Amino acid sequence: MEREAVLTRTGAVHSWDLSTGVDGPGTRFVLFLAGCPLRCVYCQNPDTWSERDGRVESVDDVMAQIRRYGKVFLRTGGGVTVTGGEPLLQPAFTGAVLRACREAGIHTALDTSGALGVRATDDLLLDTDLVLLDIKSWDPRTYATVTGGADVAPTIAFARRLAALERLTWIRFVLVPGLNDAPSNVEPMADFVAGLRNVGRVEVLPFHTLGTAKYDALGLPFPLADRPAPTVEQAESVREVFRSRGLVVT
Amino acid sequence: MTATVDRPSSTPPAGSTERPDPWRDFDGDVWREAVDVAGFIRANVRPYAGDASFLAGPTARTTHMWEALQPLFAAERERGILDVDPVHPGSITSHGPGYIDRDNELVVGLQTDEPLKRAIMPNGGLRMVEDGLRAYGYQLAPTVRETFTKYRKTHNDGVFDAYTPTMLATRRAGIITGLPDAYGRGRIIGDYRRVALYGVDVLIEERLAAKAALAEQPSTEEVIRDREELSDQVRALKDLVTMAASYGFDVTRPAGTAHEAVQWLYFAFLAATKDQNGAAMSLGRTSTFLDAYLERDLDEGRIDESFAQELVDDFVIKLRIVRFLRTPAYDELFTGDPTWVTESIGGMGNDGRPLVTRTSFRFLQTLYNLGAAPEPNMTVLWSPDLPEPFKEFCAQVSIDTSSIQYESDELLRPTCGDDTAIACCVSAMAVGKSMQFFGARVNLAKTLLYAINGGRDEVSGDQVGLAIAPVEGEVLRYEDVVSRLDTMMDWLATTYVDALNVIHYMHDKYAYERLEMALHDYPVHRTMACGIAGLSVAADSLSAIKHATVRPVRDESGLVVDFVTEGDFPTYGNDDDRVDDIAVWLVQTFMTKVREHKTYRDAEHSQSVLTITSNVVYGKHTGNTPDGRRAGEPFAPGANPMNGRDHRGVVAAALSVAKLPYDEARDGISLTTSITPSGLGRTRAEQVSHLVGVLDSYVDAGGFHMNVNVLDRATLEDAMEHPEQYPNLTIRVSGYAVNFVRLTREQQLDVINRTFHAGL
Repeated sequence: MEREAVLTRTGAVHSWDLSTGVDGPGTRFVLFLAGCPLRCVYCQNPDTWSERDGRVESVDDVMAQIRRYGKVFLRTGGGVTVTGGEPLLQPAFTGAVLRACREAGIHTALDTSGALGVRATDDLLLDTDLVLLDIKSWDPRTYATVTGGADVAPTIAFARRLAALERLTWIRFVLVPGLNDAPSNVEPMADFVAGLRNVGRVEVLPFHTLGTAKYDALGLPFPLADRPAPTVEQAESVREVFRSRGLVVT
Repeated sequence: MTATVDRPSSTPPAGSTERPDPWRDFDGDVWREAVDVAGFIRANVRPYAGDASFLAGPTARTTHMWEALQPLFAAERERGILDVDPVHPGSITSHGPGYIDRDNELVVGLQTDEPLKRAIMPNGGLRMVEDGLRAYGYQLAPTVRETFTKYRKTHNDGVFDAYTPTMLATRRAGIITGLPDAYGRGRIIGDYRRVALYGVDVLIEERLAAKAALAEQPSTEEVIRDREELSDQVRALKDLVTMAASYGFDVTRPAGTAHEAVQWLYFAFLAATKDQNGAAMSLGRTSTFLDAYLERDLDEGRIDESFAQELVDDFVIKLRIVRFLRTPAYDELFTGDPTWVTESIGGMGNDGRPLVTRTSFRFLQTLYNLGAAPEPNMTVLWSPDLPEPFKEFCAQVSIDTSSIQYESDELLRPTCGDDTAIACCVSAMAVGKSMQFFGARVNLAKTLLYAINGGRDEVSGDQVGLAIAPVEGEVLRYEDVVSRLDTMMDWLATTYVDALNVIHYMHDKYAYERLEMALHDYPVHRTMACGIAGLSVAADSLSAIKHATVRPVRDESGLVVDFVTEGDFPTYGNDDDRVDDIAVWLVQTFMTKVREHKTYRDAEHSQSVLTITSNVVYGKHTGNTPDGRRAGEPFAPGANPMNGRDHRGVVAAALSVAKLPYDEARDGISLTTSITPSGLGRTRAEQVSHLVGVLDSYVDAGGFHMNVNVLDRATLEDAMEHPEQYPNLTIRVSGYAVNFVRLTREQQLDVINRTFHAGL
């Protein structure tokens, strides 16, 4: 991409914040893009589902904000994480942001479900230092239940591609007991992940209900409103499944 | 109590005849010629760049001593106070020696004859004493009452003799509040180290020499006052000698060992707490000073690491049981029985060497050896240049105990030097060289409402502030409101500084801190420490007026009592210049106005952005505000963003606060953060390193103070329901730490409602 083309490209941005230690290493500028093809039952950000609700911003606008935190990134070993929504719904804009960060010497991470992995060019992935790949389920039927009807195959294919490209990847698995925690679901996923050579860690994330207020504000029902969060033991036993295969698990 | 624990064999017993040269093996000369503790530290500091692995755990004796106090703490929690002496007003020599467990204490001395038994100090104000006694079912001895009504006037009496009707009205309305007109102003740090390093005889000589020099000067009011104060100081130092002698120690001479140095230093501090019920009785910067003695004794084989730690532990036990009798009204402002025994740890030297020593670690280690606690108020002077292992240890202790506050050494060192300590929460002073006149704070949110209402109070409807025309029209215009606010701040600053001058004139006259001031240079530098509360409410309200549409709602008398705000507006705490610049403007503008007024004793003007726990009370007395905050709802503490409005995470919130210019708020800018452990990272090692990075980033950006709480909201909710299970749960509020269970229910809810920055 030409530099000019990179900076003037626009995308639909939902919002940004600064998080520490949870969206990749260090303190990160987390760019939430608007629009997502999935409707996950545990989604905490239903306000990012629609691309129409985003504000149109140029890469230049976004970079002006990001540059304010150069010193913070250095101090904390952080960087930029592009998430959403689904950032690969806007692959050109996402790619341009990642490229601009890369040129500015800022560590980059891409947080994606992989469902639209085919839209990511090799260039985009080479501008990405770390991929946070959310595998929501292994079993196709459960995957469809969790995501509101999506297919797991594109995510698996994307994971293989990342391995082939040797892109450092952290696998994320949001745990919903009774939905995706069956050994028949978790164990083959762990086998698969253990077979990838590019996985730096696995994050097993107990689902939570802190996004309920957003559903209320949007007048939408939160599908998991009444479901108890996983116990420490439940989360640990799933972590153990991954750990027992030699993976680094947090 | 039983004496079942053996006295450590590594030290000579108290009163031993062994008397080594007190200054043996110390380096440097300048500090030998004149009182110069900073010079002593510079010559003798042994910076420690290693990690925490050398630290020792609690000895059986330490654990025994701490456990012996637990039933007393439990009884105190239940009754409010354990005991009080309502007959003998406290002074340095008012009570005979007291002990927790005489045979096993390494460091001795209590404020009265029993642990946790409080003294009365009527010099500040008799009503405060009587209210305090009544609240806990005690009665003041008639003889004391007679003395302080018939023969002796108090600070409180003096102030109210000289207050003007306007001062009284502003005080009543809650636009200027928390003034130290009925309680001890505190926030004065005696250089207690001087007693250990030089012994009292030298200090007395030094005072007498200063007084002798004044004999050459004509007896103006200032000179007369100085001569009288120096005489009082000498008397206080002699009382200190008498008090120490009652425990069997001779503090006329310098301390010869680490054990003596701790004891001497503690006696000096103890004498201050027996002489004054100051709001904040801060300790100073003692750990690296004591390190020189501890390391020398270790070199000499006199003690081992276990004993070095034990000495620090025992000292800290004493600091944890400092108590003052206070009233329920006072507790509302400063909840949790705080004493602000603030100890400043770490920091860098002007020569680029870190002032971190092994004893910096040992002080923090007490939070493990004795468990978390609010006192002493552990304050780390943070610089990104501090040794990494020390930074990591601090972060780890924060994560484990939520008991540390951080202040930017990068801002302190250039302004106050490298022997600066924090008084109270955020007030910096060069130890022994500078003191302050504590001025509490004004309510900026209410000031904004006065500007809108032409000086009428929005709650009472009374004309309290400057009478100007109230705003007209259906929509508030930004420029119009700002111009009125500017006028109202002029009036407020005038009234405020005027009231503070009255208070401090009377405090000097009737409740002078003779012992603490004896441990300062003569002459001393003074600051007039003003303060503002409600900054984020005022900033967000102005942002709403500027960026959204705000319609005032008037009652039948024309008083604006509510606002209808339509549209979005940026809120302070998200690193958004559109509103953060308004907060900066408020701080700068009020400081400029304060500077226009002459201060008592020509004190240098300063201000803080700090509320302590009074953000709840201020909110209670303030009506609806244009930012959507409802009448009576708490303000955010200190310089914090309003709860729930800082939606971009703790770093963005901190970067907003870091924009407030320290040069316009030299008395400190306070930020209290609450982060869940997972909000810092997934593993403990990551959490530690990330917290270090966040603190470095905040200091890089010019941030001044940060309270770091690392806990879950659920823990606090459970502690509200089952307080008995959380006697030691410590949280940082605004500039100090408290036992959570000792907060009022309202304040507990305020803490729980704060933004918890969580990792999801």
